[in-house]
Amino acid sequence: MAEPARAKPKPTPETQHFWDGTRAGELRLQRCDACANVYFPPRPFCPSCASRKVSVFNASGKGKLYSYVINHRPAAPGFTPPYAIAIVELDEGPRMMSNIIDCPQTPEALELDMKLEVAFEKLDDKITLPQFRPAKG
Amino acid sequence: MHRNAVAIVGAAETTELGVIPNMSQIQLHADAALNAIADAGLKLSDIDGIATAVETPQQIAHYLGITPTWVDGTSVGGCSFMLHVRHAAAAIEAGLCKTVLITHAESGKSMIGKQPRSTPADSLNGQFEAPFGVYGPPSMFPIPVLRYMKTHGITHEQIAMVAVVQREWAAKNPRATMKDPITVADVLNSRMIAYPFRLLQCCLVTDGGGALILTSADRAKDFPRKPVYILGTGESVETPMVSQMKTFDSSRAFKVAGPLAFKEAGIAHKDVDHVMIYDAFAHLPLYGLGDLGFMPHEETGQFIADGNTRPGGKLPLNTNGGGLSYMHSGMYGMYALQESVRQMRGIAPAQVPNAKISVCHGVGGMFAASGTIIFTNEK
Repeated sequence: MAEPARAKPKPTPETQHFWDGTRAGELRLQRCDACANVYFPPRPFCPSCASRKVSVFNASGKGKLYSYVINHRPAAPGFTPPYAIAIVELDEGPRMMSNIIDCPQTPEALELDMKLEVAFEKLDDKITLPQFRPAKG
Repeated sequence: MHRNAVAIVGAAETTELGVIPNMSQIQLHADAALNAIADAGLKLSDIDGIATAVETPQQIAHYLGITPTWVDGTSVGGCSFMLHVRHAAAAIEAGLCKTVLITHAESGKSMIGKQPRSTPADSLNGQFEAPFGVYGPPSMFPIPVLRYMKTHGITHEQIAMVAVVQREWAAKNPRATMKDPITVADVLNSRMIAYPFRLLQCCLVTDGGGALILTSADRAKDFPRKPVYILGTGESVETPMVSQMKTFDSSRAFKVAGPLAFKEAGIAHKDVDHVMIYDAFAHLPLYGLGDLGFMPHEETGQFIADGNTRPGGKLPLNTNGGGLSYMHSGMYGMYALQESVRQMRGIAPAQVPNAKISVCHGVGGMFAASGTIIFTNEK
């Protein structure tokens, strides 16, 4: 029997650009043309000033570790515990949930405010997830 | 809303709490409702307003045989019942109905007649949280904790003391699920669930329910029980995604709801005799004490570690034992309200002597929603 699979996102019209971006190796955010607010998750208007004039841009992919848990039980399908569920604060401002790869999943290795950079994990032809690893240098 | 214009005149939990394998979820609602109606000395036909969460008002109204003229199906998680109290008080004052029944029940442990919670893959949670391994509240609710600790200088031992102190309260309560004393070492050595939290810092999973009956203060004096008046109320929501909270060192929903209730009540923190802060996990009382303005967040951990919230302390907190030791069926807010009402009636198993004002603060989802009710037994 196949291992149960990791929960897979299903894009909507408002989020498709984000998932097209990760598939192309880009982390896409949105910025309001009227007030310059950068926001996430995606939506076709600014949640700060309500303007519908917003633009998609490629984020730097750099950020820092804002907070996390190391989940032991129950583990989500497709995950081998213990694994960290992290909140990354992007240099552009917004925060997003992700995982930390290429790093021991321990409190000692996972230091708050450590610098991170985006990596991309392909799940299938349609979906690639943004992941983060400790920044080099 | 006017202070003390509306009162709780009926309050009861299900006949049993804990593991109830012989009742479905809607029957648990009915059991609590019938107990509350008996407590108030009413007939089913006296009820003209109904509010409930998760189960729909039409489901519970039909099952009980009630024909309401006012309905509230607000369902924002475990604090839904605080919001129901607030909405019901406003509705009674506005003349939309006279006697409101609020019910909660959950077959949280036995899972009989209960729909499993699900996250659609095309929801925002399904796209931007579920793929990263969140799986139930223990993997989500503690996500802000490490940031909170770093910002405010809170220690693992201080948060462990929340569970220790609440077990002291539970030991005084015959209906509490867990009554044996525990130490900080017991908490910090219990099995890891989601670092930084271990088993004894996570709520219980049980079956049970509760119900409340509200009417105008003018009518309340004619009921058999001592009326418990609604002095102040507040509510708010923030986000269904814990990752998108404005900040992790505070809860915006708490900071809106709590101060609204204090302002409406016209009281200062020093006037408060008794506090309930919904404790699905051990960090919530710290957030609550800080965001409701009892003290700066930096002092919350030491305040609890110093014993101020334990039996005999200056600010009795979660006196039924809380979600950590009393019971937690999934939406615990109703049980916090029940304990505040017992304290105001003077009949709690661990009664706070001469308590006159009780603050009852609830959370819904993972800091997604909040409701605060301030009660008094003096008009």
